[in-house]
Amino acid sequence: MLLGASAAVLIPRMTKAAPMPIVRLSEVSKSYPPSKRGAAPLLAVDKVSLDIEAGDIFGIIGYSGAGKSTLVRLINALEPVTSGTVEVDGRVISGLRERQLHDVRRGIGMIFQQFNLFNSRTVAGNVEYPLQVAGMPAAERKARVTEMLEFVGLADKARNYPDQLSGGQKQRVGIARALATSPKILLADEATSALDPETTTEVLALLKKVNRELGITIVLITHEMEVIKAVANRVAVMDSGRVIEEGSVFDVFSDPQTDAAKRFVSTVIRAVPEREALEQLRLKHPGRIVTVSFADGGVSQSEVFLEFANHGVTFELVYGGVNEIQGRTFGHLTLALKGDRIDAALAAISRTVSVTEVR
Amino acid sequence: MDALIALLPELLDATFETLYIVALCMLFGGLGGLIVGLGLYVTRAGGLLPNRVVNTVLNVLVNTFRPIPFIIFLAAVQPLARAVVGTGIGDPAIIFSIALAAVFGISRIVEQNLLTVQPGVIEAARSVGAGPWRIIRTLLLPEALGPLILGYAFVFVAIVDMTAVAGFIGGGGLGNFAILYGYRQFEPVVTWAAVIVIILIVQLVQFFANWLARRVLRR
Repeated sequence: MLLGASAAVLIPRMTKAAPMPIVRLSEVSKSYPPSKRGAAPLLAVDKVSLDIEAGDIFGIIGYSGAGKSTLVRLINALEPVTSGTVEVDGRVISGLRERQLHDVRRGIGMIFQQFNLFNSRTVAGNVEYPLQVAGMPAAERKARVTEMLEFVGLADKARNYPDQLSGGQKQRVGIARALATSPKILLADEATSALDPETTTEVLALLKKVNRELGITIVLITHEMEVIKAVANRVAVMDSGRVIEEGSVFDVFSDPQTDAAKRFVSTVIRAVPEREALEQLRLKHPGRIVTVSFADGGVSQSEVFLEFANHGVTFELVYGGVNEIQGRTFGHLTLALKGDRIDAALAAISRTVSVTEVR
Repeated sequence: MDALIALLPELLDATFETLYIVALCMLFGGLGGLIVGLGLYVTRAGGLLPNRVVNTVLNVLVNTFRPIPFIIFLAAVQPLARAVVGTGIGDPAIIFSIALAAVFGISRIVEQNLLTVQPGVIEAARSVGAGPWRIIRTLLLPEALGPLILGYAFVFVAIVDMTAVAGFIGGGGLGNFAILYGYRQFEPVVTWAAVIVIILIVQLVQFFANWLARRVLRR
């Protein structure tokens, strides 16, 4: 019976009370010695605590210099933490000796902005390298390399060298190499930042496939909100070494709390008009302007518009739009209002949706 | 010209002697330079095995010996040569002295060539759990092989040059031949013959190295 079978599969997962996060950072800091004697040490990561659940595509966004690249390197201990603890898959890895870390790193794949392929090796040789390091016998290695190259759609390029490939192909080789040893976690450090938009879409689709079909948790570092919007389900915003905001991608996009998060969100979503756009709007619409924010599951737009009509308020949609993230919609609509009973209408509406007066 | 024809057997012997000295110098100096150069590279801050003390010691050592003019170095190192190879003159002493001088020069060339390997490539190898020694063997040296070949070709030319100077402490070879039979006998043709042979050797080695490096770099 189909239903019984699927239920049996689900039971072990459901009985786990509180699933242990696959990556847990507790109060981790990383500082570098000062470049000049007597100067303050450079604090790249400042007391960051994060839980990343198995199966997540966890995006970390921040401007360059925010400390996100350092943070991701703390997870596979390419950089040792200065303080705090890093737990990966239930094991505390901060403070382990270098030799023990070799094993830890085999369970964590990593891909890079500049791909970092080995130019002295063929495509197949690149994918084979981690398997050689892991001590897999030659025959098994060969089969695994073929399997991985097929997974990323580059089986025909096995004998080529990296400098004969396009950027997108190089990153796909990087992904095949990172996943060859079947890690549970993939760290992607600005993996699409050196690619054109079309190739970015391809690589992101591949990362989604990695997450969905292989069940690999992905930690994705980027400065592009577009990338987070396309693939992540959770996001953390970093600024000056700190995580200043964290939540589901839907929550952060529909209702960013911090200024940095708002700025990032505004790069992909027309939410609230910025100063310049607002000045233009003011010229055309001398009356009152409000922004009404809707979120999936809340009050529908038609109810809001009906309320305006009931109070004899007419409006014009002057800015904003409706967005869809992970199958849920939200929107910010900026309206120029006309009518005598605007205050009464706004009072009625703001009981159910969030309304901000634009000044 | 007649003098040269009469001296052809000596020229041939001298050529082989030069090749023999250069080959042994390349072997010992090349290996020593590779080891010291690797040491300089891996112990740098942020390197595979960072070690400030070792790095400083190696740097001071190399910087001390490298700038000494070779002719002075030859004389200065003579007692050491006597202690190590049992004689202060002749081919063994020459090979010892040149190889030692070459170690310091080669180590810098090796260090520079290793630095052309992108740090990201090393990081990628670390990220799959490879240890420092494995990275050096299986990645660093293969990735830097093209530039290393060209670097060693450069060193080869320098060593041929040194063997000629070493005629002063009784080293044989083409340098000695040119001085003995050409310069001192007022036979410029003989001197030029030695020069031409040296040019031929250098050209052949450089062409071969270029070809090899191109093959390794696939361009």
